[in-house]
Amino acid sequence: MDIHEYQAKKILSSFGVTIPRGGIVYSPENAENKAREIGGSKWVAKAQIHSGARGKAGGIIVCNSPLEVAQATDKLLGKKLVTNQTGPEGKIVNRIYIEEATDIEKELYLGLVFDRSSESIMIVASTEGGMSVEEISKEKPETIIRSKIEVAVGIQNFQARELAFGLGIEPALIPRVSDTIVGCYKAFSELDATMVEVNPLVISKQKQILALDCKMSFDNNAMFRRSQVSELRDKTQEETKEVYASDRGLNYVSLDGNIGNIINGAGLAMASMDMIKLAGGSPANFLDVGGGATPEKIVKAFRLITMDEKVRVILVNIFAGINRCDWVAEGIVQALQKIEVKVPLVIRLAGTNVEKGNEILKKSKIKYIEANTLEDAANKAVKALRK
Amino acid sequence: MAVIIDKSTKIIIQGFTGKMGTFHADEMMKYGSYVVGGVTPGKGGTKHLDRPVFNTVKEAVKETGATASILFVPPAFAADSAMEAADAGIKTCVAIVDGIPSHDMIKIKRYMRRYTKSGKMTLVGPNCAGIISPGKSMLGIMPGHIYKEGRIGIISRSGTLGYEAAQQLKNLNIGVSTSVGIGGDPINGSSFRDIIEKFETDNETDAILMIGEIGGPQEVAAGHFAKENMKKPVIAYIAGLTAPKGRVMGHAGAIVSAYGESAVEKVELLKECGVTISKNPSVMGDTVKKVLGKS
Repeated sequence: MDIHEYQAKKILSSFGVTIPRGGIVYSPENAENKAREIGGSKWVAKAQIHSGARGKAGGIIVCNSPLEVAQATDKLLGKKLVTNQTGPEGKIVNRIYIEEATDIEKELYLGLVFDRSSESIMIVASTEGGMSVEEISKEKPETIIRSKIEVAVGIQNFQARELAFGLGIEPALIPRVSDTIVGCYKAFSELDATMVEVNPLVISKQKQILALDCKMSFDNNAMFRRSQVSELRDKTQEETKEVYASDRGLNYVSLDGNIGNIINGAGLAMASMDMIKLAGGSPANFLDVGGGATPEKIVKAFRLITMDEKVRVILVNIFAGINRCDWVAEGIVQALQKIEVKVPLVIRLAGTNVEKGNEILKKSKIKYIEANTLEDAANKAVKALRK
Repeated sequence: MAVIIDKSTKIIIQGFTGKMGTFHADEMMKYGSYVVGGVTPGKGGTKHLDRPVFNTVKEAVKETGATASILFVPPAFAADSAMEAADAGIKTCVAIVDGIPSHDMIKIKRYMRRYTKSGKMTLVGPNCAGIISPGKSMLGIMPGHIYKEGRIGIISRSGTLGYEAAQQLKNLNIGVSTSVGIGGDPINGSSFRDIIEKFETDNETDAILMIGEIGGPQEVAAGHFAKENMKKPVIAYIAGLTAPKGRVMGHAGAIVSAYGESAVEKVELLKECGVTISKNPSVMGDTVKKVLGKS
C-alpha cells in the first residue's frame, strides 16, 4: 500500500526526521491562509498523488506570494497529472501540500528496502539526490553506498555514522544525518513498511538536514496490525476496477489488451497471459480468483471483467485441485445466469473431475467455446477475437 | 527414501481442529500420509479425526515422535507456530497460509539461525501448495491423483502452475519423485536453491523441473548453483513474460523491481547457466521429455 508524500513526512517526523514546515489544503482560500500561517516569502505548492516525477509533470509549483499559492492550488486541484509512473490515464489531484521553500545546498538520496537475497533491510544512500535511484545506478553507480541491517538487533549508531561519513557529510552535521537514517529505519521496521525513500534529503544553506520529498509503501499482509497506517489509504489514487477487486478479495491488475482473464492461482494466471501473447493476443488483465475458485469468487470475477469496456473475449482457465471441476462449472453457470456476457467466452477446465465439469457446461444453455489445454485455450481466445 | 518426506514420516497438523486443518488432514490421510495427531492450544487431551490433539508442539513430538508438521493457522499467528515447530525439533514444516507479513518471515529465518545445519528445520512456504512424494506421502493441499510416481523433481512457486506441470508429465507417462511448492512470497522458508540441492543428492530423482516467475533473485541463484555443483539436468519455465514492471502480480513476491527479475532477463541468465528453458507453459512436459531422451 502506498501513501502520500505529506503522510510519509508526518510519519517520519514522528521518528525524529526534520521536515520543512507545511500543511495540507483542499481549496485555494485554504492554501492562501496556510501560506501566511507558515510564514516566509517563498512557498511550494505540491500536488499529492501516488507517483514520483511530479515536478516534470507540472505538479510542483514555486510561489512568491500567498496569492500565488492560492492560484497554484486552483490550477492543480482536480487536475489529472500524467507522469512516467502513472500510465497515460494519470492520477487525480485532490489534495495540495503547501510547504515553505528550502534553500538547497546539497541534495542526497536515502532509501530503505527489503533485500531479498540477504533477507535483511538494506539502506541505500548516494550523494546524487534528486535523480531516481534507477538513474543514479545507471549514471553514477560509484556514488551508491549500501548497508545491510541485521533485523534481530536493529540499526546500530555506527552503521548510520558510516553511511553519513560515506556521503562526505561535514563532521558537524554527522549526528543529524545519522539520526535521520536511524529514524527512517525505525519507521520502516516498526510500521511494517516495504519501502522508505527520502529523495532528496537536503542540506539547506542554513545547515539543516531536511527530508524534502518522501515516499513510503507498506506490506498489505501486515495491515491487520497497523490500523493507523491502513487508514491512510487513498482509493482515489487506485484504478477503479482494482479497488473493486481488492475490496472483494480478488487479485487483479488492469492491463492494456482486450482478452479478459479469469484464472485460479497467480502463477497459472501469469502463464495464461504469456500464452495469450504467444498466440498473438494481448491480455486485458491479470486476475487470480484464488486456488479455491469458489462459485462466489467466480461470480465476482465475471462482474469485474464485464465492467471492463476493452474486453472483447473472456478466457476462463481453472485448474481444479481440491475443489472439483464440476463445482467450478456450477459456479460458472450460476454466474452467467446473473451476469450478461456479450463477448465470446472460452473455457478451459482441468484437474479433478474435468469430465463432469465439461458435461455440466455442455448441458447448461450457456454459449461458450470449450478448450482442452493451456495452448488450445489461448489460441481459441485469439481466434474468437478475430471473428 | 524419497527426498524430504516418505511413507513413514510422522506428521502433525498445527491448527488441527480448524476448518482448513480438518479438511486437509482428512485429504492427507486418505492419500496415505502418516498423520499421527495435531496441535490446537486449549484443546489438548481431546481427539479429532480419531487422532490425539495436543496443546503444544513439544508435547505432540514427545508423545507421537512426529518429525513433520503442516501449518493451518491464520497469518497473524503463523510466525509463532513455525518457530514453535522449529523449537520442538520438527524437521520439516510446511506453511500453507497466505498473508504472513514479510517482517515476520525475516524474524522466523533469524530465529532459525540458532540451529546448526543438521539440526535446522526445513521450512517450506508460506503461501504454497506443500510437498508430495507420489505414492508415498502428501504434506500439502494438492490434488494427489494428478501426480504419477516417477523420477522427476518439481519445484514451483505457484500451486496451480505446478499442478499443470504434473498433469502434462502424467499425460506423457512421466512421473514425479517429489514436488515441492516453495510459495509466492518475497521471503520464503526454502529457496529454489535449497530444494534443488536436495534433489541433486536424491537417488530417486533424475532431472529437475523448476517453475519460477518474475521477481526476486532466487531462480537465477539456483541456476548458478546448478552450473557449479550439479550433474542432473535442470529444466525451467519462468512465468510473467507479459507482466508490467513495478506491479505485484497476485503473489506478493511477483514484482519486477531490479535488473534480472523480469521473465526475459531470468530466462537469459538461466540459459547462461546451462538450464534448459521451457519456452512456454504448455510445453513444460515436452521439454522434460526431450531432455530425458538426450541423457
